[in-house]
Amino acid sequence: MEFLLAIFSISYQFGDAFAFLVISCAGLAVIFGMMGIINLAHGEFIMCGAYVTAASARAGLPLPMAIACGALAAAIIGMALERTVIRHLYHRPLDSIIATWGISLIATQGVLILLGPTMQGIGTPLGSTLIGDRSYSIYRLVLFATSIGLLLGLYLLFYRTRFGVISRATIQRPDTARALGVDTRRVYALTFGLGAGLAGLAGGLYAPTMTMVPTMGSTFIVESFVTVVVGGADIFLGAAPAAAILAVIKAALTAWYGQLFGQIGLLVAVIIVIRVMPGGLSAFIKRWQK
Amino acid sequence: MNEIRLPDATEAPGRRGPRLWLSRLEGPQTMGRGLGFWIAAALVLLAAILYPAFNNDYTVGNAAYFLVWTFMAMGLGLVWGYCGALSFGQTAFFGLAGYAYGVITINIGSAFGATWLALVLAVALGGAFALLIGYFMFYGRIKGVFIGIVTLSVTLVLETFMAQTAGPQWRIGEARLNGFNGMSGMPPLTVPWFGGEILLYAGTTLYYVLLGMVVLVYLGLRMLLNAPFGNVLVAIRENPERTEMLGYGIRLYQMLAFGLGGALAGLSGVLYTAWGQYITPSSMGLTAAALPIVWVAVGGRRDITATLLGTLIVIAGFQSLTIYGSQYALVVMGALLVFTVLVTPNGLVFTVMSQIGRIFGKGRE
Repeated sequence: MEFLLAIFSISYQFGDAFAFLVISCAGLAVIFGMMGIINLAHGEFIMCGAYVTAASARAGLPLPMAIACGALAAAIIGMALERTVIRHLYHRPLDSIIATWGISLIATQGVLILLGPTMQGIGTPLGSTLIGDRSYSIYRLVLFATSIGLLLGLYLLFYRTRFGVISRATIQRPDTARALGVDTRRVYALTFGLGAGLAGLAGGLYAPTMTMVPTMGSTFIVESFVTVVVGGADIFLGAAPAAAILAVIKAALTAWYGQLFGQIGLLVAVIIVIRVMPGGLSAFIKRWQK
Repeated sequence: MNEIRLPDATEAPGRRGPRLWLSRLEGPQTMGRGLGFWIAAALVLLAAILYPAFNNDYTVGNAAYFLVWTFMAMGLGLVWGYCGALSFGQTAFFGLAGYAYGVITINIGSAFGATWLALVLAVALGGAFALLIGYFMFYGRIKGVFIGIVTLSVTLVLETFMAQTAGPQWRIGEARLNGFNGMSGMPPLTVPWFGGEILLYAGTTLYYVLLGMVVLVYLGLRMLLNAPFGNVLVAIRENPERTEMLGYGIRLYQMLAFGLGGALAGLSGVLYTAWGQYITPSSMGLTAAALPIVWVAVGGRRDITATLLGTLIVIAGFQSLTIYGSQYALVVMGALLVFTVLVTPNGLVFTVMSQIGRIFGKGRE
């Protein structure tokens, strides 16, 4: 019994880290994998989703609806930004990093000026359960289930729908897709909106567990970058296994040495992975499949 | 830009040694040539020399603070603008060298010009670390945006690591690292002089020393960039495969350029530490890492003169903004960045300078 409890405790920690990595990196992975753009304003989309979620939850909406509102708001802002800024930078990936960084500075500081240094949050719902002699937050378990559901949903979206086919075609051969009558600009706008919306979803899902400050995006950004870089361009072959591996590293290092070494371990892992397999896990897996 | 004619000074007869290098002060990779440019440059230098005569010591010390940052900016200009490798992590070398200066000087003191020895060692350490990272990246075939990610990771690792060194076990010799609060209490740069040492606290003397160093580094970089080394760097930026096919070991060139950029960032770090006698881990954080990118992007990364001028203008503008409304400064900075990327991708100062050059017919192209 003791043994089973220890196993459960470790898998709970792993699941928590895994859910955090998958949920926070999904938006970034979609935008990077589909468009090749590294979106440094990713954390600010997350912050936007969290703020909208908190505001609408306190206005009386039930939490799932509020989270949907947060994701939608981030998606709309994302599409507006794509239309005004990102669209001009598809041929200049380095400049798109700089521009999204500028947007992130504006967003963080603008929210600080408009809404103040902190905002009243919402409590973590669902309470906690006692297993053995330790209590576990049920909401964290829900988050783990959500992360699996998110991966599944994205898989269905990209491989089982018309939008998925068209968007993958646009990514692989933009010219051919355009020749076949696909409005590639619209696909790019929708994809960016989807990525921003997923970031907003991450913010909404984690809003009940965090303090609402304008810089809250930066807690996500390092982890999500690490996951995407380790994973490579393909979200299913790359980001998901990368999240699993990194979750093991992070959970283990955090359990043994504390939070700080968990983070340092992640960053060192990314440097090593980039050196050993430059295209990330997904390129490695694809080559291995051949 | 593909058909750049490269008039190499080595072809010119009778130019050897120092004269050859002096002739490289102007060339295809740097803007500005001819008497007009050098007269203008001399006037700017003269104004900078006369500046302390019309301002009080505090203002001059503040101007010295601006000059401290220009080395890191020029290093980033070299790595990003000339070599085409966008590094987010110059602050890693900045912070490392800054801490190294602190550790060395606290341990060996400041007698007999030891602070200058510490400066050289710390800059060498920054450069060596950059060479190591550069070796890792360029020989690992890391390209494009991933260079940015790796360098950003490096600087964030260093920041996270230094921030937890608060305990008493984190000491090197006499020097406590002090975790998040940072190190302080190291001596400023000290010149051994007849009849006593001159302590270079933030003020007029330090200003002149820094001004001299800026001029030396600027002219040195001009010569280096117009030498074959600089031409190869630009060739790598324009088309790495072609350059490799022409027989250049592009990874070596990239690594060396990255090392030089790191050493220059380290120089800024040492001078910053010596200027204020403190350094904290947040000097390697995300916001700190953003600033050099902003200066170089807004100033103009494709030309060392534009980088230098742009950095000084942006830092001065940023500081006056902070005085009038600190919370809006970052918003303006972000907006400036987006505006620059969208409207003048080569940088504001660069664009203005090429317009002036076109008017006078002495532009780079």
